[in-house]
This record gives sequence, structure tokens and C-alpha cells, in this order.
Amino acid sequence: MTKIIDSRIPEGPVAEKWTNYKAHQKLVNPANKRRLDVIVVGTGLAGASAAASLGEMGFRVFNFCIQDSPRRAHSIAAQGGINAAKNYQNDGDSVYRLFYDTVKGGDYRAREANVYRLAEVSNSIIDQCVAQGVPFAREYGGMLDNRSFGGAQVSRTFYAKGQTGQQLLLGAYSALSCQVNAGTVKLFTRYEMLDVVIVDGRARGIIARNLVTGKLERFAAHAVVIATGGYGNAYFLSTNAMGCNCSAAMSCYRKGAYFANPSYVQIHPTCIPIHGDKQSKLTLMSESLRNDGRIWVPKKLEDAKKLQEGTLRGEDIPDEDRDFYLERRYPAFGNLVPRDVASRAAKERCDKGFGVNNTGLAVFLDFKYAIDRLGKDVVAARYGNLFDMYEEITDDDPYKTPMMIYPAVHYTMGGIWVDYELQTSVKGLFAIGECNFSDHGANRLGASALMQGLADGYFVLPYTIQNYLADQITVPRFSTDLPEFAEAEKAVMDRMTRLMGIQGKRSVDSIHKELGHIMWEYVGMGRTAEGLKEGLKQIKALRKVFYSELFVPGSTEGVNIELEKAIRLEDFFVMGELIAYDALNRNESCGGHFREEYQTEEGEAKRDDENFFYVGCWEYQGDDEKEPVLYKEPLVYEAIKVQTRNYKS
Amino acid sequence: MDKNISFKLRYWRQNGPKDKGHFDEREMKDIPGDTSFLEMLDILNEQLVSEGKEPFVFDHDCREGICGMCSLYINGTPHGKTERGATTCQLYMRKFKDGDTITVEPWRSAGFPVIKDCMVDRTAFDKIIQAGGYVTVRTGQPQDANAILIPKQDADEAMDCASCIGCGACVAACKNGSAMLFVSSKVSQLALLPQGRPEAARRAKAMVAKMDELGFGNCTNTRACEAVCPKCESISNIARLNREFIKAKLND
Amino acid sequence: MWLCNSSIGRKVVMSVSGLALILFLTFHASMNLVALFSAEGYNMICEFLGANWYAVAATLGLAALVVVHIVYAFWLTLQNYRARGKDRYAVTDKPKAVEWAAQNMLVLGIIVVLGMVLHLWNFWYNMMFAELIHQPELGGLHATDGYGYIVQTFSCPVYVVLYVIWLVALWFHLTHGFWSALQTVGWSGKIWFERWKCIGYIYSTVLILMFLVVVAKFAICGGAFCCANACCQ
Repeated sequence: MTKIIDSRIPEGPVAEKWTNYKAHQKLVNPANKRRLDVIVVGTGLAGASAAASLGEMGFRVFNFCIQDSPRRAHSIAAQGGINAAKNYQNDGDSVYRLFYDTVKGGDYRAREANVYRLAEVSNSIIDQCVAQGVPFAREYGGMLDNRSFGGAQVSRTFYAKGQTGQQLLLGAYSALSCQVNAGTVKLFTRYEMLDVVIVDGRARGIIARNLVTGKLERFAAHAVVIATGGYGNAYFLSTNAMGCNCSAAMSCYRKGAYFANPSYVQIHPTCIPIHGDKQSKLTLMSESLRNDGRIWVPKKLEDAKKLQEGTLRGEDIPDEDRDFYLERRYPAFGNLVPRDVASRAAKERCDKGFGVNNTGLAVFLDFKYAIDRLGKDVVAARYGNLFDMYEEITDDDPYKTPMMIYPAVHYTMGGIWVDYELQTSVKGLFAIGECNFSDHGANRLGASALMQGLADGYFVLPYTIQNYLADQITVPRFSTDLPEFAEAEKAVMDRMTRLMGIQGKRSVDSIHKELGHIMWEYVGMGRTAEGLKEGLKQIKALRKVFYSELFVPGSTEGVNIELEKAIRLEDFFVMGELIAYDALNRNESCGGHFREEYQTEEGEAKRDDENFFYVGCWEYQGDDEKEPVLYKEPLVYEAIKVQTRNYKS
Repeated sequence: MDKNISFKLRYWRQNGPKDKGHFDEREMKDIPGDTSFLEMLDILNEQLVSEGKEPFVFDHDCREGICGMCSLYINGTPHGKTERGATTCQLYMRKFKDGDTITVEPWRSAGFPVIKDCMVDRTAFDKIIQAGGYVTVRTGQPQDANAILIPKQDADEAMDCASCIGCGACVAACKNGSAMLFVSSKVSQLALLPQGRPEAARRAKAMVAKMDELGFGNCTNTRACEAVCPKCESISNIARLNREFIKAKLND
Repeated sequence: MWLCNSSIGRKVVMSVSGLALILFLTFHASMNLVALFSAEGYNMICEFLGANWYAVAATLGLAALVVVHIVYAFWLTLQNYRARGKDRYAVTDKPKAVEWAAQNMLVLGIIVVLGMVLHLWNFWYNMMFAELIHQPELGGLHATDGYGYIVQTFSCPVYVVLYVIWLVALWFHLTHGFWSALQTVGWSGKIWFERWKCIGYIYSTVLILMFLVVVAKFAICGGAFCCANACCQ
């Protein structure tokens, strides 16, 4: 009955697929590259690296971002590090092991071939970044240093202080800047893509709004690449930046690109707990803290009560009354279990009443033991800036008193469906980075997002896009006067006029917050069929409120931040429903998707490989309010034996 | 628990670079101390929008002190006064007292024209980086990462230079509107690493030329930039830039 | 030419001319000290540095340095004023690390220049200039009687006060100028910055004290504060 989606994975053993692909793919000769235009939307790790690489190869590239500079993209906030299978530490790492860990960490819901390719190019990323002058941490001998990270038994994570994402992004940004200077890339900052233009079934351009003048502008190209990140802000409170949105992805979805696995939303275990209803965002504390910090809650419920009332402080509870629940439940991995496991374990303890702050929604992350073992100086050298940041926000000194953490929405594994070539179901439309779905399965391991973004941008897309563009060399540049462009622009204009015309009483944020509550409550960490249905009902009801009570001041001319947010929120409604539909469909628990009906007696996720060993691809049905249709891409595992994830031994 | 505070907020309104601009005032009541400064402005905007007025426009994004987007001049100091380097988004209302007057202004510098209210145009920084703030290297297969040995001390120092977030506080604080701290941090990062050496002379010259062309002022070593830098960049970077630049010019 | 058309180049000119002027001040202060011990010795130096070709050449060089330093100061300040943009901050707050002198170098410089004009009028005009125009008795005393001119000048309390103001302004100017000059030519770093700053403070203080002690001696012993009415007659 349902359509089966083909991911166009090349033939051959998994380890040879990428080499084979590259050996046989079509290429574009240098003279023709100059005649081909590519639009890249987004300037994060994936977008900037892709734009830079494509520009350097000779294509004419148009690169867009909503911020004032490419360097602001939210990739910058990744703190911990980037994985690569270099095996510099001689601890038995290899491409295969990185591949295996990633597939296993993703709870066997990732596409094998893509992940293997990711692991394969991971080493080149490190080489590339070092050549660019990214100041990775070094040992005294001058060699690169590594640290360990969740979900792995080897130290394969490269890092630059607590600012790895920033340094990698600045590396990609510098490569991009070099190309802008060379004239191959034209940069458009403070531009927001609002629609993709399809001509004869192929993506041929975009409609973007100049966020300064407010004008809509048309851009044409032979291919469109979107690298616009994830949709975590559907939950309102998340670790994403305020500007992170899914509008570009939603416009592709509305134009026929499938959306895959939307229910796989990663909840990060180490965020600073929520303090009140005025809060606008959650701050992430790097996962690397779990290397040396020990997570615990009190053993006794009465201690927890006192902590919640503020009459007792964490440091006053003796060791024997502390429950190091991760070490207790998962002796082999301890505090370094994957993110989903750690998050759920924290929620489980807090739900039982062991939460340690005034809201009862926090657990301790304690560095007392690390300071005793390593000394304050070593701990400060490793985590100093994170500790400072924590103190700035909470007014607590983590050197003296245990930190408090709680899970928060962080990363979205789901995204626009892409095939092996990173092409979406719309020809000529590509999706890279967090924006696509392909590499992390149901859960992403720490330090893998940076790896994927850069892998896609530097080493995968610049190859695979040529396989598509090779057929386009005879197609002349498009005019933006085509009726398709006019139509798309008019649709966007109409949409803005409609939102401006509601003239109700409520601000965008007040409705967005409400959407966030619904999402967190019913489509959050622990989902049930009943809750999801209720969630869907409430989202639909809230959408009515949105369309009748929204108020957007000002006009479509000039800077209008409320209008920008209103458009994004309209898309978050579609996204929120999509997450709920997918979660409702997926009658199993895996990775970032946890259905309470499907768990073992010990409370672990219970997968159903027989019925759900597929990628759920959703197709838009012409109207935001219509339920999307599900197609399946069956997963085929050749190299790895699918088994229950076990982090106990 | 932090106490709630009430205060008078004066915030800058300006409709475009040519507009004259003025302050609007509002009494903010019962703001919780653990609200961040930007969340306080969210509350302001919520109030403005509910009154049918246009919201106060300011740049912000990650709200965790790393993207460099936020750029408010608060009570005479870029990013507001904090004990250690922090951006506006990391400033918390507990740092203010009940009954204070808080004045919020945009970065004021010829290099950063105002777009609207406190949102300014910092593309000049991008242009400076585009002039030479990179190592020219092709995507592909460079040598193995460990083939370049870099002493830990140099790597750490380069990292410190590289931690600049390009927010522009240095320019905002400088009475000369100079961008030397920004430029020198990038030049220093790459000058300290062997990968950056081959282009060091060209880079220093190109970036300084672009900086001058864009109308930034001349550094007179007042150290105001260093004092307000949220990432604690040091003016020793400026000395290094001077060195690199003079060396490059003398070798011409 | 990069010394004119680049910001760092212009600063290098300020820096190098400033450092050269500090060297000159050092020499001048050392020479002054002789006046404390021996009138004859001092006058010998005055004669030696009279209207001889080498002294005149050096003076011209010195004048060129001063002119360059001043012209560049105004040029830089004008550019910096423009770079600041049209609008000014309504509220400003000076960070602790920023020295007052650093932000007021131009004002201090102007005071120093005014002091210098006074000084040239008091001494150079009566001495080297007098010799050059062959009127050695122009200022009442002989052109090589530097000692006499010192006694004459500092017998007047108004001059003493003006010279003290001048020297204090020069002290402020130097405390910033010294390390700033070395920073500008790139001879500084995290460690050397602190060292230069410390050395700069000591150096400027010693230098200014050397000048002040001469003023003080002649003001007290020469009569400015003994018979105040003697002045300006």
C-alpha cells in the first residue's frame, strides 16, 4: 500500500561504497562549473563549508544567512568537540568502530551506508581544519589531544577549549570569506529564505526576504542546498539560538520534499535547569562535563524535600546518602551513557520526587570528586569557562557546590529526507547538516553533529551535487521573471499580508510559549499514544488561536522582528504536528523517541525491529491542516548486526 | 532566591541610519533577578506589542555568550558591567539595584551604522576577514593533522586569540572607533600557528588596509577595548599586529 | 607611503618621534642638573650649544620632530573623531584599566606645547636666536649666560607655577606615551607590557623630577618666593 522510498545507495560492501561512488560518479569540467549556479541557504558548519568548497571548485555560489554575519550560525554554540577515527590515542579506534558506535548510538535507525561514509571522511575533517588554522588542543609534544565522550569507549574527540563549534565554524567561515574575496561566493546576510521555487519539477531558486528592507527578492540557480539546521525551537525552550527555525525546511516540505523521522528529538541531559516562566532559552553545559563530573540525587526522599525547600544544600549531603544513579544502573558506561539514556534517567528520578531544586526538576552534577582526584587547577583548565558561565547564570560556584542540571531539547535527528547523494525527494534540492535526517538514526552521539555538518559540507555534497549538475551543463541560467518565481513570491507576500491582517491581541512569543508547553508535555521525553493524540488536538486548537488572535505590529516594509517570528511560528505549528504524527505512528521506543508503552521492565527503551525498521518519510498534502501521508524507506543493514543497545556491560 | 527589582529603562529608538533617534522611557516593575537582560527586554517587547506598539529592535541569537550577535551599550559599558568578561545575554538583572535607571544604547561608531533602534550593521567585520583573515587552503586532502607539530603553549595562545566572537564591543568602547583588537586577534591567531605563517605578511597588510578603508579609527592604546572584551582578548595582540605589519612593510 | 596612509604607519610616526623627544628630554634634563652645581659649567654647555652649525642643525631636527609629532597628533585625532560617528553616547563609564592620561593625550599635548612656547621665549629666543641674529644682548643678559637666564626666569613666581603645570602635564603625557610608543612599534607583549608600564612610570617620574629640582632650587634660592616683587621687572 505505502510507497517504498529508494535511497539510491551504491552497490558493494559498505566499506567500499563511497570509494566506488566517487570513482563512477559524473563530474563537471572546470569550464562548465563557471556556468552553473548553486544557492546555499545557511552558513553554519554545513552551509559555510559547502559554499566555500563549491566556490573553490569553480561554481558560482549564492550563500544566505538570517544573521548579520555567517559567523553567528548556531553551530558556534557546540562546546564539546568533534569525533574522528584517527586513533591517535592508540586505544583501538578505527573507521569501523566509529561507524559502529554511531549506528549503535543511533539505536540502529541510521542508514548504514551514510554513517560509514561519515566515519570514513571524519579523519579528513580534522586534517582540513588543522590546515585552516583551527587551534585544537595539543599535548606538550605538539600532537593533537583527545578527550572521551558519551557513547564511546575510546578517546576520539578533538576539541578547542570549550569552544570547538566556534572554532570549527570560524574555520569554515574563513574558508568562506576567502571565497567571497575571490568572488566565487556572493554572500547575502540578513536574508531569510521563505520559499523554494520549483520549475518543471526541479528546484531552481528561492524567494528570500531582505530582513533590513523587508523586500522579497528572487534568486535563481541550477541547484538549491539548504543547510538551515534543526527544528528544536518548536518546543520554544531549547538549547537552540533564538533565531533557529524550521521555515526553510518547511518550505521545502510544502513543495514536496519528504520529512523524515521528525519524532527523533534529542533531549540533552546537561542543561542548566529552568528558573521561571520568563525564560527565553535553555543553556547547555557541555556534555564533556560528564567525563569528570558525577551525577547524583539524594537517596532519601526527605533530603530531596529539603533541597527543594532550600533548607539543605547539596554539598552537605554525605556520600553514603547520594544515589549515583547512572553508575548504579549502567556500571560499564556510568556517567558516560548516551544522551537519551542519561536524560530519561534524570527524568525518572525527578518524576519519583528526587529533584534537587525549587522546581524539583534538576539533578546534581558534582565535581567534588574530580577536584579531589585531579586538583582544582586541572579541573579549572578543563572546564574553567563552563564553570564561569554556570556561575554567571545561576550565581552558584561549581567549585564549591554541585552543579544542577536537567535535560532540555537540544538537537533534532529527524529532518528533510535525503538519499545517499543528500538530494531530497525534489530534484535539484539538497539538504545537509542537521537539516537532513540521514546520519544519526534515532539518537546522536556527542561530538558527532560537528562531524556530520562538516562531512556533508566539505567532503560529501561537493561531490554528490556534481552528479546532478553534470546533467545541467546545457541548461542556461534562469531568469527570475519566470511565472514560477512570480507565483512563489506572490504566495509569500499573501502569507505575510494574511498574518499582518489578523490584528488580534496576542504576541507571537506568548503563543509560541504555549505551543512549547504542549510539545514538552505531550510530545517531549516520555510519549504515550493518548498523550500524543491530546497533544495534536491541543496544537490544532492553538493554531486556531494563532490565526484569530495573533497581533503583528508594523508593516511588511523594513525591519519587522514580530513578522519574522510570526512566519516562523506558523511553520513550527506544522512541524509540531509532524513530530506528533511520527511519534504516534512509531509504536516503539528508540533513541530520542521514547514511548512509555514500549519499555522493558527496567524502564529501558524497547525497540520493535520487526515493524519499525524503517525511515518514516512524511509527505505534505497541500494544506497545513491536512494529515501528512507516511512513506517508508526500509533500512538495510549489511555490516552490522542489529541488537539491543546495552550500556550496562 | 533572587529578589525582584523595579527600575526605569531608557532605550534608544532610531528608525534607520539617517534618522535622528531618541530615548524612550518605561518603568519596569517586578523583574526577577534571575532574568537575563535580554529576557527583561523580551518582557518590555511583550508589553509594547500588547499595547499595539512596535517592539524595541536589538540583535541577539544564541543567548549563551558565544555567537557575538548581542550588542547593547548598557549604562555606559558595552554589554553592561560584569565581573568577568560576558556578553549582554549573560548579564543578569541581579546585577542591578531596585530604583536604578538603566540606559540602553546601540554601538555608536561610524563603522557600525544603525539599522534600527539598537540593531547595528557590522558587516564591516566580515569585510575585514574577507580581506585576509584566513589560511588559503583547498578543501581536499591536506597532510595528516599531526604532521604539523605545534607546541602546546603556542596552540593555547592561538586559541585565546581565536576566541574573539566578533561582537564589536571593542569598537563600541573605543573613543577612536578603532577595530584593532578585533583585527589583531585574528592576525595573532594565525601568526602564532605555523599554518598561518606563509601568508602572515600579506594578511596583516590586507586586513589593516581594509580596516582603514572602512573608516575605523587609529588605535591610541587606551585599553578600553581590552577592558570590555567579553572574551578577554589582550592588547598584546595589538602589539603583535603592529609587529607583523611593520615587519611586512619594511620587507616590501 | 605606509607612514602616511595606514593607521599603524601613522602611529609609528607618532611613536618614533615621541621616543626621540623623550631622548632629547633626557639629555636636556641631565644638562640642567649641571646648573645646580656650577654656573660656569652650565654656561660652558650653553656656549657649546650656541649658534654653532651642529647645534643649529640639531635644533632644526628637533623642531622637525616636534612639528611632525604635533601635526600627526591633530591628524590622528581628527580621523578618530570621524571614526566615532555622528552620535555620542548619552552615558559613558570609564573602565578602571583605562588611564586618564590615555584618553587625554591631545589636551595634555597642547598644554605641553604651550609650555614649550613659553620656554622657547624665556630661553631659546634670548640665547640661540639672539646669537643667530647677532644681537647677543637681546634678552638683557649675554646669550651664553644660560645660568643668568635661569635665575632671572625662576625669580618670577608666575613662571615657576606655569613651569610646574607644564612639567606635570608632561609627566602625564609621558606615562602613557612611553609604553604606548613601544606597544605601537610592536615591542610589547603580555609580560613586557607590564614591564614597560612600570619602567615608563619610573623613567618619567625621574625625568620630570630632574627638571623640577632645578626649577625648585632657583625658585627658592633665587628669590621667587623670597622677594616676590622682583618678578617681571
